[in-house]
Amino acid sequence: MELVTTVLQLALTTATPIALGAYAGLFSERSGVVNIAIEGMMLMAAMMASFVSAYTNSLFLGVVAGLLTGALMAGLHAVVSIKYKTDQIISGTVINFLAAGVTGHLYQAYLVPPRWPGSAGTFPAMPIPVLSDIPIIGPILFDHQPIVYIMVILTFVIHYVLWYTPWGLRMRAVGEHPRAADTLGINVYFTRYANVMIGGLLAGLAGIWLTLEWVGSFNINMTNGRGFIALAALIFGRWTPFGAFGAALLFGLANAAQIRTQTMFPQVPAEFLQMLPYLLTILVATLRRPIPPAAVGQPYEKA
Amino acid sequence: MTKTPVLEARGLTKRFPGVLANDAVDLTLHKGEVLAMLGENGAGKTTLMNMLYGLYRPDEGEIWVNGRRVEMASPNEAIHAGIGMVHQHFMLIPVMTVTENIMLGVEETRGLLSRIPMLGRINRREVAGRIHSLSQQYNLAVNPDDFIRNLPVGIQQRVEIIKALYRHADILILDEPTAVLTPQEAEELFVIMRNLTQQGVSIIFITHKLKEVLRVADRIAVMRQGRMVGTAQPATATEASLAEMMVGRKVILQVKKGEAHPGQPVLQVQDLYVDDDRRQPAVQGISLEVRAGEILGVAGVQGNGQRELVEALTGLRPARSGQVHIGGVETTHYLPRQVTESGVAHIPEDREKHGLVMAYTVADNLCLNRYYLPPFAQGPVLNQTQIDDEARTLVQKFDVRTPSIYTHAGNLSGGNKQKVIVAREFSHPVRLLIANQPTRGVDVGSIEFIHNQIVSQRDQGSAVLLVSAELDEILSLSDRVAVMFHGQIVKVMPIAEASREKVGLLMAGSATADTDEQVQPQVIK
Repeated sequence: MELVTTVLQLALTTATPIALGAYAGLFSERSGVVNIAIEGMMLMAAMMASFVSAYTNSLFLGVVAGLLTGALMAGLHAVVSIKYKTDQIISGTVINFLAAGVTGHLYQAYLVPPRWPGSAGTFPAMPIPVLSDIPIIGPILFDHQPIVYIMVILTFVIHYVLWYTPWGLRMRAVGEHPRAADTLGINVYFTRYANVMIGGLLAGLAGIWLTLEWVGSFNINMTNGRGFIALAALIFGRWTPFGAFGAALLFGLANAAQIRTQTMFPQVPAEFLQMLPYLLTILVATLRRPIPPAAVGQPYEKA
Repeated sequence: MTKTPVLEARGLTKRFPGVLANDAVDLTLHKGEVLAMLGENGAGKTTLMNMLYGLYRPDEGEIWVNGRRVEMASPNEAIHAGIGMVHQHFMLIPVMTVTENIMLGVEETRGLLSRIPMLGRINRREVAGRIHSLSQQYNLAVNPDDFIRNLPVGIQQRVEIIKALYRHADILILDEPTAVLTPQEAEELFVIMRNLTQQGVSIIFITHKLKEVLRVADRIAVMRQGRMVGTAQPATATEASLAEMMVGRKVILQVKKGEAHPGQPVLQVQDLYVDDDRRQPAVQGISLEVRAGEILGVAGVQGNGQRELVEALTGLRPARSGQVHIGGVETTHYLPRQVTESGVAHIPEDREKHGLVMAYTVADNLCLNRYYLPPFAQGPVLNQTQIDDEARTLVQKFDVRTPSIYTHAGNLSGGNKQKVIVAREFSHPVRLLIANQPTRGVDVGSIEFIHNQIVSQRDQGSAVLLVSAELDEILSLSDRVAVMFHGQIVKVMPIAEASREKVGLLMAGSATADTDEQVQPQVIK
């Protein structure tokens, strides 16, 4: 029982960056911009959050830096894809490489001894009074660090925005048939910029989770493919928040199981078990044929 | 009818690189009238409408609505001024409902969050209620909860009209609204248009179909090569006089053709089933036969399996079951090149996608079906001199208007693109011609030329399978008419028995077109 509880609690925790990354992709792709740069946005935000929090000794400033970084990276992707109409896959790939290079350099230069100023630590766990005392469910759901709660709340918020508000309707319209939206006076470019950048904020939050909630410091390439798994979760979740959340939970579960089984079966090579979440990604990707937003990946050319 | 101008264009000019699309165009629309805008493809009608709707900025000129000058920077200004436009290709989102499509951009919200712009909860019931009352008022029946993708085009068009009315439009621009409709649906649309004008709506009706213009317009304006060439009254105008205004010279509207002398069967299709791109059955058990020296016209509204049928016959799409014989040889599983080599000429539906390589020169496009044969190929090497010589001959013979044979195909006009295809397809021995929408989007002059070419192929003894959604084209060229509906041939008849009404009803799937016999899939003999 103890084992099940800890595995499930860990599943929700490790699902957090995947879900946030998937929501980042959701805003971008629902409005018609392919985003394979979630990985890079996360990595860059993770690095900047760590850097700023370490040098100012303020977790709050670290969060601000991480969010801004995510939005700026997304802004870059948006300008290149929307204004300059570059192939969005290429833009995304370039951003991923850019993030890997820049973070690697800054890490070597500023975040290792002798210049390493030390860590500002991580967010403390915030058990919710009363609720966290419920047996089994309490520790699984109500004994987490803040970004996990934020992720869960965001799932509902995004569901509401996407399906029940003018903002969501317009965003979906622009991703499905931008010309139709244009003829109704909706600003296609504004809609895409805004949503891609909101996506950047969410990717930034996923990156912040990595350094300020999970590890406590930055490591080279610490996203480790989470941005891509997030994309898989988005697709498997059919570009919906609850779907993506469910898919992220599945990956979180595989990941948590992997971490726990490593200690239980030391004779199995750790690398083998670490494959699990990725293997699951491939498996899951082949299960259903996804139907993406109709205009995703197509730059909009005004008449 | 009072003669109050509700919309005026004064000296509108629009230039695109290398083209003067609109040259100082004047236009006046009166309250409550149907003004028909007539002109060939490329005459500038759509450009003019896009300026009136704020999609293009005019380089010169003014737009006045209800006596006020309006600067149309975007569709927002046009919508605000009461102008609504129904585009030729519907601007509807298939995965959304009627309600969602109609309210897009002017959503109503309710509840706690409705003070925050764009984040309030959409009030679907309110919108659906307004749609309901509009559809009552103008007799436009729609179900607000239906998804667009499940609706027939006729209903989709109604949604487009309601979309404009929902934004309080009292000036409606309908761009080629009948292009996608059956004759009966078009009649329904004309009734709707009357209904609207009686309630004070003014309509600009863009079309290139002369019959319709005479049928519904209160006034006719004709454009040619970017200029407004004049107006006419339906009471005094005739089809011939309008065609002359459109083209700038006398046009023979009736295809001249003699009696058919059918010979041996050339194309035989037995019980053919073909799937579409989504793997849904599109052709469902078609059997037909076309003889040498006759034209079989396949009538039908677009999307009833015609494309899949033609693609299966030409080897572009696998048949699920059934058999195709050409000249007595089974060709069901032939590759496209084998089909061509069996003596088939193919004029595809989408000339830009499947007919030509837009980035190749006219010369290279003209030898695409034979480039690998001598004298164009010598071993693995192309003989460009031969290719160019042949191209010069064909360009002359088929009257292709191109600056040179080295011009890229993409730079030609629709009619000339089509002539390049015809020239290429007719330049090898042909015993079967398969023409799918051969004159769609082609100017009247080229239509005349292409029709004559098709008839002369027949007279030289080729079998011709003509697929067209233009009923007039079917009726004027065919020797026999087959009607396709939902992937089946519902009826085949000699041209003498094919009246517009009867074929139109069959196209709409009505089995009552023929009272004395049951209409069902049948073998054509």
